[in-house]
Amino acid sequence: MNAAAPTRRQLLRGMAAGGFVLAVGIAGNRIAVAGDEAHAAAFAPDAFIRIGTDGTTTMIMPQVEMGQGIYTTLAMLIAEELDVDLATVTLAEAPPSDALYGNPIFKVQMTGGSTSVRAYFLPMRKAGAAARAMLVQAAAARWSVDPASCTTEAGQVRHAASGRTIGYGEIASAAARLKPPTDPALKDPKAFRLVGKPHHRLDTPHKVDGSLQYGIDAMPEGVKFATLCASPVLGGKVAQVDDSQAKALPGVRQIIVLDDIVAVVGDHMWAAKQGLDALAITWNDGANAAVSTETLWQGLQAAAAQPGVTAKPGTAVDANAADVISAHYEIPMLAHAPMEPMNCTVHVKPGACELWVGTQVSTMAQRIAAKVLGLAPEAVTVNNHLIGGGFGRRLEVDMVEKAVRVAQKVDGPVKIVWTREEDIQKAMYRSVYGSWMSAKLKDGKPVAFAHKVVGPAVIARFLPPAFTGGIDIDAIDGAAETPYVLPDLTVSYVRHEPVGVQTCFWRGVGPNNNVFSTESFVDLLANKAGKDPLDYRRSLTDPKGRARHVLDLAAEKAGWGTPLPARSGRGICLQFAFGSYLATIAEVAVADDGTVRVQRLVTAVDCGVTVNPDGVISQIQGGHVFGLSAVLHQQITLEKGRVQQSNFHDYRVLRIDEMPQIEVHLVPSAEAPGGIGEPGTVSVQPAVANAVYAATGVQLTRMPIDTTLIARKA
Amino acid sequence: MLELSINGEAHSADVTADVPLLWVLRDVLGMTGTKFGCGIAQCGACTVHLDGQPVRSCQLPVGLVGARKITTVEGVGQTPAGAAVQKAWLDLDVIQCGYCQSGQIMSAAALIASTPAPSDADIDAAMAGNICRCGTYVRIREGIKKAAAEHHA
Repeated sequence: MNAAAPTRRQLLRGMAAGGFVLAVGIAGNRIAVAGDEAHAAAFAPDAFIRIGTDGTTTMIMPQVEMGQGIYTTLAMLIAEELDVDLATVTLAEAPPSDALYGNPIFKVQMTGGSTSVRAYFLPMRKAGAAARAMLVQAAAARWSVDPASCTTEAGQVRHAASGRTIGYGEIASAAARLKPPTDPALKDPKAFRLVGKPHHRLDTPHKVDGSLQYGIDAMPEGVKFATLCASPVLGGKVAQVDDSQAKALPGVRQIIVLDDIVAVVGDHMWAAKQGLDALAITWNDGANAAVSTETLWQGLQAAAAQPGVTAKPGTAVDANAADVISAHYEIPMLAHAPMEPMNCTVHVKPGACELWVGTQVSTMAQRIAAKVLGLAPEAVTVNNHLIGGGFGRRLEVDMVEKAVRVAQKVDGPVKIVWTREEDIQKAMYRSVYGSWMSAKLKDGKPVAFAHKVVGPAVIARFLPPAFTGGIDIDAIDGAAETPYVLPDLTVSYVRHEPVGVQTCFWRGVGPNNNVFSTESFVDLLANKAGKDPLDYRRSLTDPKGRARHVLDLAAEKAGWGTPLPARSGRGICLQFAFGSYLATIAEVAVADDGTVRVQRLVTAVDCGVTVNPDGVISQIQGGHVFGLSAVLHQQITLEKGRVQQSNFHDYRVLRIDEMPQIEVHLVPSAEAPGGIGEPGTVSVQPAVANAVYAATGVQLTRMPIDTTLIARKA
Repeated sequence: MLELSINGEAHSADVTADVPLLWVLRDVLGMTGTKFGCGIAQCGACTVHLDGQPVRSCQLPVGLVGARKITTVEGVGQTPAGAAVQKAWLDLDVIQCGYCQSGQIMSAAALIASTPAPSDADIDAAMAGNICRCGTYVRIREGIKKAAAEHHA
């Protein structure tokens, strides 16, 4: 096909020579996809640690790295107890196995919900401590000394009294014959060398020189390239395809027509895309051809009239009573738009299948491929890769299912890549959600507070065992537990599935709706009570509590109360979600045409004990940007069943020239670790909305910001 | 057969002249460091240098490259500015998922090669075409200033 083919063969040979090495960067830890590392090593005391006779230490990562820094964090936790030099370890993605690598919180192999550190803080330390204890015991036996007289450091056991040391590799085989301790002693946190101190990310060296391979970069030998499209009307089917022009194009190899998608296979993505564009496809629109964004809002509002299931019982609040304040708040449909477009490379073989993909749920990917092909899950090999952005989109396996159905028709491996337009227009989406709030005030304070959440039950589809009693635990997250002392809180939930839209999780999940609504409503109550939003929140919090502490810290750092120009304002979000306390204060300036410029964000965080504090700061910085994109720019709208946005020009992501200053203040804490991947996305949205309220006197009740509502009246 | 100079090496590719450079790099030559993000020059993930100037390879038909020298993220570390950016990115832990960072690094390297002490406005102008969905902009800005200071020291 081309004279440069040897280059690719050389590349592949290079990969093969390194086993399953994905990348050997300019300097840094070896990072591998799941391969032999997960199984073969002299010392393999559990699912997570492998030590060879040469001392090579591999850590098997049960959570996938998608930018959140979890490879570094988990490796720090293991290395802290195992006493190995973190700079020398290999990190390998876990192969699919719920039994070995199921997230302890969800019982399935899943990276999401800001749970990684909460789920693995102790299991990783225990794995490291157990392996260390076995190595110490093996060394002590060889030396005929008391194990308690031995210490460990940087991959060696030391017996100070006799001045002897031995490398872990030399005793790996002996340690492997010992029984792992069930309850190994853990280090006193005061002795931590790694945990709690900033550590450079272990994946960065491979990311600065382009050597790290994401799923989209997989190049199995002989791979062909494909792209596909589904019906422009959500849920539509293929009626007819005229391929006469497409098949004549250079580089187009195969046209695949399935009942709901059409794919073109080519010599490269461009050929495949040109082929797809040249097809004349007629679609059967199906049931959703009349669905519009207005349909979704009306459906939500109609559902809100229903009583709902009680998630937290309290005294009913009569929304029509004279001393009751009521309001409702709504958030829009959103796409995830990770920078790495949806993709999956598949090789269907007789009785087997191999996948190259980046997924937050490897076993689900394995099972869906097996289901399509009528195979046992074990017949499907999953090469999971580091992910170019997940944000909940890669908790779904619809792209794997589609890719496998296409690959079934292709001889040899085929890489199926979604165009950005396809990625945004024919996706799974964050649904519209809404909250209907009422509070009965006495002396300005809520003596009864009612929060009715309306939205889909993603959990019912995604994790059915977690959906009990009609309550979606995610949908109410952040509503039932607030940072406030509310004497009488009622939370109810109305399940409402939007017509025509396949819904899924989106970074920040349930708290995006519930914290936005609660914090907007608290600002409204403060206004009705004639109180300053900070003072009002202080009056509703425990003076000695963690919520009050982050609130006061953020207020102090932000200079709360200092004067601002006209049409500028500060807004607060105080939240407890994902096990972490955050206070974010946004400072905005609203132009005459209603354009909102966010100038500064100050966030105080108490997420309990931190493993890598700089990683926490990174996640808050990035989470804020993710939330700012949503609050300022993003909404997926539907017209005649079709998504109206298509790419980054009309589904806008915040750019560097729109950036506010961001300050993050960490509160030292010995409390249990909280999640940190999502809280920053959640908190920035109400903080900005409340700042706009302060700047303009207009409370925005539906996201994203509608500039026409806050433009200066002529 | 098209002859291309990439990272100082001669390559040839048997493709039609209309194929964007991005796909020649990725799918034909197997150089996957340069990323596909949007296909319409809205995200910057596909940024490479042509004779040192940043261009969006998704919009550049390979037939228009001619004799100009292509530098990709795999080779930018061979340039002083590129090496300075990579070092700053490591020192400041700029990167999260990393998928956009090939493009960010190429845009940043071109900026500091031409601008000794980029101001915030210079950075905004040079980098606003590169989207980062993880939101690493705070550190990208710091990284550029640090890299520029070290590069021009």
